[in-house]
Amino acid sequence: MTAEISAGRPRQWQRFSLPERIMRSAFYLLVVIAVIWSLRTIEIIPEFLYDAPQQTVDLFVRMWPIDWSWYPKVVHPALMETLHTATLGTILAVAVASVVSLMVARNITRSIIVNTIGRFILVATRSVHAMVWALFFVALFGPGALAGMLAIAVHSIGFIGKFLAEAIEDAKPGPIEALVATGASPLAVLIKGYWPQVKPAFLAIATFRWDINVRESAVLGLVGGGGLGMALDTALNNLYWDQVGLVLVVIFAVVIVAEIATAWIRSSIL
Amino acid sequence: MATATQAPDARKRERSLIINKLCKEYRAGQPVLRDVSLEIESRGLIAIIGPSGTGKSTLIRCINRLVEPTSGEILFRGRDMVALSGPELRTIRRHIGMIFQEYNLVERLSVIENVLCGRLGYVPVWRAWLRKFRAADIEHAFQLLDAVGLGDFANQRADQLSGGQRQRVGIARALMQEPDLVLADEPTSSLDPKTSVEIMELIASRAAERKIPTIVNMHNVDLARRFADRIIGMSKGAIVFDGPPLALKDSHLLEIYGGEGWLE
Repeated sequence: MTAEISAGRPRQWQRFSLPERIMRSAFYLLVVIAVIWSLRTIEIIPEFLYDAPQQTVDLFVRMWPIDWSWYPKVVHPALMETLHTATLGTILAVAVASVVSLMVARNITRSIIVNTIGRFILVATRSVHAMVWALFFVALFGPGALAGMLAIAVHSIGFIGKFLAEAIEDAKPGPIEALVATGASPLAVLIKGYWPQVKPAFLAIATFRWDINVRESAVLGLVGGGGLGMALDTALNNLYWDQVGLVLVVIFAVVIVAEIATAWIRSSIL
Repeated sequence: MATATQAPDARKRERSLIINKLCKEYRAGQPVLRDVSLEIESRGLIAIIGPSGTGKSTLIRCINRLVEPTSGEILFRGRDMVALSGPELRTIRRHIGMIFQEYNLVERLSVIENVLCGRLGYVPVWRAWLRKFRAADIEHAFQLLDAVGLGDFANQRADQLSGGQRQRVGIARALMQEPDLVLADEPTSSLDPKTSVEIMELIASRAAERKIPTIVNMHNVDLARRFADRIIGMSKGAIVFDGPPLALKDSHLLEIYGGEGWLE
């Protein structure tokens, strides 16, 4: 019917206008250029790639049979140290991040200066990798679990604080308004109005970050942060491949267990 | 509680509210309230009617300073609400109960705890935090839940209740403050007609029983006529009618709401 009304010239339709199409083509071209440029910069030497499959098989052969006898002596204490590092680091980070998230959340803190200071703390802690923080704390306190724990804690502040601040800002204003109307003090409003609303997110964020931190603290030992990484480093330096295999299997197992544990905790909160 | 020992006229003075030339502009040059002056005596249910966006909600929120007035005076308990801030403002707020259209309960807390939140202006923070409310407060909360018909729901979470039940909790929370004034902002606008009448009956009966002056914003003219002792009609940020329900004629409604097709 409509075709009859507009008889004469058929109407045209195109998803993108001409300038848009030119822009899109230019974008694709840019991606191709970037890929080629990057490949040239990292200078892949093809000869090294040819025997990679053989090297891989070799590595696994040397790891087998895994040296289980090494577990009780060295790996078990290292594993415990890793778990403690991750847990203590997460708790410390949650404590600091809770305060910073209150500074950042605009419905709590109405001062743009304080917002900005808080935001700076979050960005500064998060943008430096845990490995780099570990190097820093190893230089300060010497190698060991303390340096690893602080690296985990400081690096996690940004992550936890950012998501916590978002959760606080998502709190419904209605109940808050109602509590303010009863004459409640700001602290009472925080405890009875915001906290019940933020609690599920808080627990989900903390456990999720703990899960990440278990993985990170497992390798922090490579730079002197204690735990499994230290054992891995020792085994690698000694070329004891059967022990390297053991550490890798243990890390793999721990990561899976942590994943299952946090998934279970999250599903039982929400 | 302290007020019980005072002379009746002192009590009466505490419960009266005088608004003088109240103005509110959210954006400069666009007044939402224009020189509203109002005197509310010490008891009765006062309905404020008017079309959406006419400033009813702003007026009632100015009274307990959820909204900052631009200018004017609000005298309550011998103080000018507009001039107060910080702890002084909170101390006065705890004498003003408020009921909301969307109930505004803390949904993840239990019903009884929501009612106890009405005491937050009175109890120290640590008591609220540790849930160590005074025995008298807890007893009072249970009595109020019985009074609003939710005695069996004390330990249910607020988000498990229906709209009407939630509003009953909201009313109990407001009464928990032992208020000298109750403000209700469209308390029945989110409820079905039958529940609306029940909720208005509850608000009116509690107000009458405890002799608490109660200001209710509403859309529904019939409900206002049925329950109010006094009706205030607002249009474009100003009061255009103020009188008993029987004095409210179609000509007034025409002035308040405009149009006439709906006045059948």
